[in-house]
Amino acid sequence: MLGRLSWSAIPFEEPIALVTGLVVVFIVLAVLALVTLKGWWPYLWREWLTSVDHKRLGIMYVVLGLVMLLRGYSDAIMMRTQQAIAIGDTPGYLPPEHYNQIFSAHGTIMIFFVAMPLVIGLMNFVVPLQLGVRDVAFPVLNSVSFWLTATGALLINLSLVIGNFARTSWWNYPPLSELAYSPDVGVDYYLWSLQISGIGSLLTGVNFVTTILKLRAPGMTYFRMPVFCWTALAANLLIVAAFPVLTAAFMMLLLDRYLGMHFFTNDAGGNQMMYVNLFWAWGHPEVYILILPAFGIYSEVVATFSGKGLFSYRSMVLATLGICILSFMVWLHHFFTMGAGANVNAAFGIMSSIIAVPTGVKIFNWLFTMFRGRIVFTTPILYAIGFMVTFVIGGMTGVLLAVPPVDFVLHNSAFLVAHFHNVIIGGVVFGVFAGYNYWFPKAFGFTLDERFGKAGFWCWLVGFYLAFTPLYVLGLKGMTRRLQHIPDPSWEPWLLVAEVGAVVIFCGVLCQIAQLYVSIRTRERRRDLTGDPWNGRTLEWATSSPPPVYNFAVLPHVETIDAFWHMKRTGRPPVAPAYETIEMPRNSPTGFVTAFFATVTGFALIWHIWWLVILGLLAATVTVLVFGWSEHREHEIPAGEIAQRERARSALRQPT
Amino acid sequence: MTTATIDTGASSAPTDVARGRGGGGPAPKRIVVAYGFWIFILSDIVLFSALFAAYAVLARNTAGGPTGAELFNLRNVFIETMCLLLSSYTCGLGALSAERRQPARFLVFAGLTFVLGAAFLVIESLEFAGMVAKGAGPSRSAFLSAFFTLVGTHGAHVASGLLWLAYMVAQVVAKGLRAAVLRRLLCWSLFWHALDIVWIGVLTLVYLMGAR
Repeated sequence: MLGRLSWSAIPFEEPIALVTGLVVVFIVLAVLALVTLKGWWPYLWREWLTSVDHKRLGIMYVVLGLVMLLRGYSDAIMMRTQQAIAIGDTPGYLPPEHYNQIFSAHGTIMIFFVAMPLVIGLMNFVVPLQLGVRDVAFPVLNSVSFWLTATGALLINLSLVIGNFARTSWWNYPPLSELAYSPDVGVDYYLWSLQISGIGSLLTGVNFVTTILKLRAPGMTYFRMPVFCWTALAANLLIVAAFPVLTAAFMMLLLDRYLGMHFFTNDAGGNQMMYVNLFWAWGHPEVYILILPAFGIYSEVVATFSGKGLFSYRSMVLATLGICILSFMVWLHHFFTMGAGANVNAAFGIMSSIIAVPTGVKIFNWLFTMFRGRIVFTTPILYAIGFMVTFVIGGMTGVLLAVPPVDFVLHNSAFLVAHFHNVIIGGVVFGVFAGYNYWFPKAFGFTLDERFGKAGFWCWLVGFYLAFTPLYVLGLKGMTRRLQHIPDPSWEPWLLVAEVGAVVIFCGVLCQIAQLYVSIRTRERRRDLTGDPWNGRTLEWATSSPPPVYNFAVLPHVETIDAFWHMKRTGRPPVAPAYETIEMPRNSPTGFVTAFFATVTGFALIWHIWWLVILGLLAATVTVLVFGWSEHREHEIPAGEIAQRERARSALRQPT
Repeated sequence: MTTATIDTGASSAPTDVARGRGGGGPAPKRIVVAYGFWIFILSDIVLFSALFAAYAVLARNTAGGPTGAELFNLRNVFIETMCLLLSSYTCGLGALSAERRQPARFLVFAGLTFVLGAAFLVIESLEFAGMVAKGAGPSRSAFLSAFFTLVGTHGAHVASGLLWLAYMVAQVVAKGLRAAVLRRLLCWSLFWHALDIVWIGVLTLVYLMGAR
């Protein structure tokens, strides 16, 4: 009846996991109780859970990413602490079994449920506004994508309380991840949560490629698109081309585990090296799916706060597309040591080094944009400058690792861990924080507190260097990654510095929480009535903050790059435009309901509860069929209502 | 700061650029839907390319079990192929009838397409059942795992294409050939033709090269 599920699935014998799980369950229940007591359910259902508005979905993605960032960070500080304690004769406080789950969960969560939702969330919020249109190409599909991502996050967190998580690292290599060596539910939690959220990501890719190529304001030719839209286009092309490969690889591993097939097994002709190839054929483009939109954010931030147009817009676009293509030609550098032969390694080593060229072009473009600009030092541009310094260091250690003989020495060491945290924290995370500070006023109508914002930046920057520079040194000394116990006591000082760095980063997180709290408390005097708090250049600043549901009462007509800047410069007197009826997509519960059944199906698959699998799949299919039959997916906002809203807005702006 | 204005300027929009590609503003819904579905089909073809690659890697790993030459019956595969290709032809005729708003003709061609697609599936299922009965099931060897997964995934696509077709026929009967239904039909026929393209790959790589 319940498959593999029984009381033994609750980790009674592991106090740390049990207490953490209970605390999380308690918090979730408390939030649900609060929502119920306050009677917020109808509001939540109407305005958020069934919303298909790209702005709402973008905000929900970012909230999901930030909450999961706390989870991923908890894993990180636990590992750092274990490595700072468990040296020589001390065993530390985490048993190997638990430690292995933590490093696996940390990587999986940080990539799939922190970086992806944060980047996709910012794209969701910003891209249609920058393109000067009213929504994405497929708004309901957008909601399905978000809720499937949330399903994946929910399943992976369930593994904390029910059963366990994979102990196979975030790449989940076979044969260790095969049934013979990982017979319990851990690997299944990993596979199903990523399969389900992967479908969500793929649909996002389809949606945004279509949006950017087919829905743009009149006059916005390709070479008038903001750079963030270009990088979003490149990232989503990569999603469409790369995610199916991951889905296929996971499908094969699932068939091995569930139907006894032999894709990657030790016996009957299976080939484990094929999994490694397939995984990284997705995995390397994935790195660029995350970093390219971050590059786009830096481009917007640097141009805005330097008061200048981006230096050499066209070379920035070409560099972006160059990286987009090159990212598919370097995957083998993740496993030089697997033995593909010297010539193959050399070819991929050269390709990996070449990718530094377009990236270098970008760095110089940002520097030249700032050169002789009137730079306003706000939190977003601090992140951008911190990124430029940090990312160049990370890029250089990356080029070092791209040299196969060097990689043979440094492979699997703490040096590699330092390298990719260097580019992901210094690149993606800083970019997301820059974007969060930059677009927050647009999303909520008031600015964020600068003092706490800057304090948070400095803690993250200093904390990052303290936490990861020692790992470069330790890697060169021969420390391998994922050590539950440290054999060499001479490494202790470095590990203690790294621990201090993790604590400083935590101070940064606290500053950010305080920033949000203080800003909300003082929001009345932080109101952004102009819709353009930073003297911005692109179309998202042309509408009010927060934008009305239809974004633009009249679609803007674009004549140049930096369209809004141009409009401000030419300064045409405001005319009372002729408002027309606007057709907007209706809210739809399709996404939420589909994801609910996907959660049920995923859970049932993990625990082998076959009747529930069939039930869940049927229900999800019926949900999609019901939506596929529906006709009236749009509703109309009458012209009078729009005119009224717009008049109220200009009345608010006039007194200044 | 100068007051920002948004130029309504619909009249001054360049008319010489095609909609959607250049500066002509948002493309019409039919274009957006079909274009989006094309992108989705491309992603599906990437999924198949990974399965093809896996098959190519594992094709000789028979682990002492039967090889393709011992298992494949090219006569059946030929009939199968003809069914699927013909169904694409009838699908095309059906799409033309739908465009011309001829529901009766559309239903006839949809019926033919369904029968041909179902025949393909029946032949494939019999082939699979025969192999399993001979002890050559998907868990026999890596080669057979890859074979059943690649060909089976294509078969699963055909099966869902048939269900989708039945659903579309129901929509045509219930609602008639209105714009929304035509858009969905367009997506369905794109999907059905894409399955042919994949099948040509299967036929060549799996059956023709494997039967030698």
